[in-house]
Amino acid sequence: MAMTGVLRPGFIQIRVMDMEAAKEHYIKRIGLHQVMEGDDGRVYLKAADEFDHHSIVLRKADDAGCDLMAFKVLDEETLDGFKKRIEDYGIEVDEVRAGEQPGIGRRISFVITSGHRIELYSNCDQSDPKPGIFNSHIWSVEPHGMRARRFDHALFYGPDIDGVLDFFTKVLDFKLAEKVQMPDGLLGIWLTCGMKAHDIAFVKHPEPGKFHHVSFELENWNDVGRAADIITNFNISIDIGPTRHGITYGQTIYFFDPSGNRNEVFAGGYTYYPDLPTRAWDERDVGKAIFYYERQLNEAFLSVVT
Amino acid sequence: MSEQRFNIDVENINAEFCGSSTGYADERVLVSLERAQGFGKLKNLPKRLPVGCRRGGCGICRARILEGNYKRDPMSREYVTLEDEKEGLVLLCAIYPLSDLKVRLEPKCVKNVEANSQSLEI
Ligand code: FES
Ligand SMILES: [Fe+2]
Repeated sequence: MAMTGVLRPGFIQIRVMDMEAAKEHYIKRIGLHQVMEGDDGRVYLKAADEFDHHSIVLRKADDAGCDLMAFKVLDEETLDGFKKRIEDYGIEVDEVRAGEQPGIGRRISFVITSGHRIELYSNCDQSDPKPGIFNSHIWSVEPHGMRARRFDHALFYGPDIDGVLDFFTKVLDFKLAEKVQMPDGLLGIWLTCGMKAHDIAFVKHPEPGKFHHVSFELENWNDVGRAADIITNFNISIDIGPTRHGITYGQTIYFFDPSGNRNEVFAGGYTYYPDLPTRAWDERDVGKAIFYYERQLNEAFLSVVT
Repeated sequence: MSEQRFNIDVENINAEFCGSSTGYADERVLVSLERAQGFGKLKNLPKRLPVGCRRGGCGICRARILEGNYKRDPMSREYVTLEDEKEGLVLLCAIYPLSDLKVRLEPKCVKNVEANSQSLEI
């Protein structure tokens, strides 16, 4: 196993308009755990199958959306290497001091041409609950809500998808697992830094810096069905599903948090190896690519973002 | 559940009457309009009723209140600025009727888009 460079999605910072409602949603319904609340009011959450300090950061704001997504890299030397490569590519890099988010070491931070802030870091503390590592149980705290196992990936909307693809593959060494190619160019790209079908994805959109969804992994299709029961029982705003994506094969539901940020819970998906070819879709089957059972896009897929 | 019912008239962007829904005091106006659409009561809409997050975040259900009173939830400042708010602009999914209402759909304001980029329609 030779995974180096960027290891995986680490955390994402999401803007919410009502913190109490957001905490209830992400903790009680999605099934996350609160790690702590920072002095500035940001709330740090994690899923029980994650070792690292936190994966979801909620920040109270007067609009919805996503502030940044951060990836964990192998070590500090790797981090310095990426800093140089990003600057050489012509993108300005900011240093974020260790402790700006509790439990997280020094970060490097930069804005890509789609208008999204992406960060890298290597050092971070662990927090509870986390998986046991010696004669351990499969969980230390009884799972609740939708029983999310991890923060898995995010989908962003913005301009210059070709530029974003060039940057992620050439500078951060991501692979293009899957793409949607329309007659007028690339519509969407699904990028992976490891063996998951995707770790971050982008869809072409005129407004920069837009957020389509944050996704949580569930154990199986049965848990996706149970998540759908929770969505109806608690009157959570539904977008679509349960259904399946042709892209990645994931079995999925899209719904919205109390501030209108789209969430996804999903199970399954194929395994990606670095030698695999890129899978492609064109306009004839774009419906199946996104919603495999409906075979057409819903109104909201291309237009509803925060 | 509130049994207090109100009539909600809706106009499209060109100020043409589209139809009415029955609103309830504890129900988001947009949700009552989705039900009216399901019963085939809304006409003259350019496409369909603009429905997105139903939680005041995405801005797609932007509208102007022409008449009536309502209670409001938080709604994204990106799509309803303070000036918009003074003019009676709202996100329909983040308001609840306190009287009969007359509303007119408004286009979502799209920010930071270069003049030459086209919006994507499939
Ligand atoms: S539907 Fe998203 S703001 Fe109303
Ligand atoms: Fe997803």
